[in-house]
Amino acid sequence: MNKHVSILIIGGGPAGLAAGVAAHKAGVHDILIVERDIRLGGILNQCIHNGFGLHTFKEELTGPEYADRYIKQVEELKVPYRLATIVTDLKLSDDGHTKIVTTMDEEGGLTVYEADAVVLAMGCRERARGALNIPGERPAGIYTAGTAQYFVNLEGRMPGREVVILGSGDIGLIMARRMTLEGASVKLVAELQPYSGGLKRNIVQCLDDYGIPLMLSHTVVKIHGEKRLTGVTIAEVDDHLSPIPGTEQYYDCDTLLLSCGLLPENELSGQLGVTLSPVTSGAVVNESLETSIPGVFSCGNVLHVHDLVDYVSEEASAAGNHAAEYIKEISEGVNVPDSDDKAAEGRVIVVTDGGVRYSVPSILRPDHMADLTTIRFRVGAVFKDVDVVTYADDREVMRIHKRVMAPGEMEQTVLRKTDLLKEGTPSTYRITIENKQS
Amino acid sequence: MEHKELICINCPMGCMLSVDIDDNGEMKVSGNNCPRGDVYARKELTNPTRIVTSIVNVTEGELPVVSVKTKEDIPKDKIDEVIAALKGVTVEAPVLIGEVVLDDVAGTGVDVIATKNVNRKH
Repeated sequence: MNKHVSILIIGGGPAGLAAGVAAHKAGVHDILIVERDIRLGGILNQCIHNGFGLHTFKEELTGPEYADRYIKQVEELKVPYRLATIVTDLKLSDDGHTKIVTTMDEEGGLTVYEADAVVLAMGCRERARGALNIPGERPAGIYTAGTAQYFVNLEGRMPGREVVILGSGDIGLIMARRMTLEGASVKLVAELQPYSGGLKRNIVQCLDDYGIPLMLSHTVVKIHGEKRLTGVTIAEVDDHLSPIPGTEQYYDCDTLLLSCGLLPENELSGQLGVTLSPVTSGAVVNESLETSIPGVFSCGNVLHVHDLVDYVSEEASAAGNHAAEYIKEISEGVNVPDSDDKAAEGRVIVVTDGGVRYSVPSILRPDHMADLTTIRFRVGAVFKDVDVVTYADDREVMRIHKRVMAPGEMEQTVLRKTDLLKEGTPSTYRITIENKQS
Repeated sequence: MEHKELICINCPMGCMLSVDIDDNGEMKVSGNNCPRGDVYARKELTNPTRIVTSIVNVTEGELPVVSVKTKEDIPKDKIDEVIAALKGVTVEAPVLIGEVVLDDVAGTGVDVIATKNVNRKH
């Protein structure tokens, strides 16, 4: 006999916790959070550095402390969760309304849940691709930055003593400082792109503070060592990111950390048939953070990779609230799924161009919009002294001046519903970048 | 008149701060989106400080180490001493968030506290 649950949340990291708390507070108590680790909190457990929570709690917390704030709420509200349990299968029932979720726990026991709504909060994983393109041996000593972070901060083990870091993602920068403080010599951080992939503040307090050089437009072209890494060759790259002959430099090291970006972990979403964005690798969602499948919501790093956990929590709370609304609507029988034609009517498609890579959400349904909608986006290159401009069809809605924008930093605008609909419902809402208007 | 450019490290916004220092040493800070930026710029140019985070060993715990932080920021040039002092610290589980694991670290007058709960191994 399958178990019924109103809202099943996949993932007990920052997104899943905030979604669970919000859905409970919104009045739906028949919830289950499924977490594959043996503890709640997700990646925050190993992010022992500070800088979390300034937006949410108005104080500066470390990752574990931030997670604890939400875990406490989950415990106090008695939001049900299962640990050491993975979702192995996610599909729709034959009538398309119920989400069938199969889980497996530590003892190998399978449980099948019938959920009315599902919140996808599986997070992301590190891109290991940076390693795959590097010719040479395959010795020990090459780790993703997050794996090294796990060793150092949760197990108290050092992966090595002489370190080169490839990629300037935030975890790589954080680990440059962390390994230095633990006595390692971090030689350099090489970044393929001409700009850093991490936050400015992390370059200041993790590299500059410790005199660790950041070499932009550089990559690892050769791995040395048979059993254990003995060194790497670094070279400068040209505008097409190809190594420039003659620029090779050799560095002794026993450890190479890779911090080459994060990828949303959407295998389950794909299995369910959720439409994914080729840009973010996350689900395509509307203003309610609902995916292409009614009753399936997505939030946090599985939706698009965030820089700030505070925004993950905010987004996930919204997803939890919308899931709770969905439950209330179906229990009142008002949510008869529209036919595709009808559903498409009156939708505003969010279009991005001029250097804006994507937006979340990318579909706006005016009849479901709140007064204010937060739209988050990233740019594809470094922009200085420009305006972010938005248009409802051809009518300018907003113009915001930005001193600097970079791919490593998520941007956001807040759209007022009345501004969007001032002259009727537009077919598109466009976000673009233009030269500064004097 | 002196001009300095800084990046605020208080939060991940990373505001770019411009500081004008006049001949009397008076500072004028701009570019900050919140009052923390102003405080940071003044401090960074006179007495730079940092919160230090690390781990200390745990005995009888479900994890072998617990994450810790200085309860307040400490002078930047004391970071190495703080880290060295923490190497000698071992605490017995259970450890609770906020528990002091070392008081007055490296003569800074600041305590080091646990940032994670570590239960006893069962």
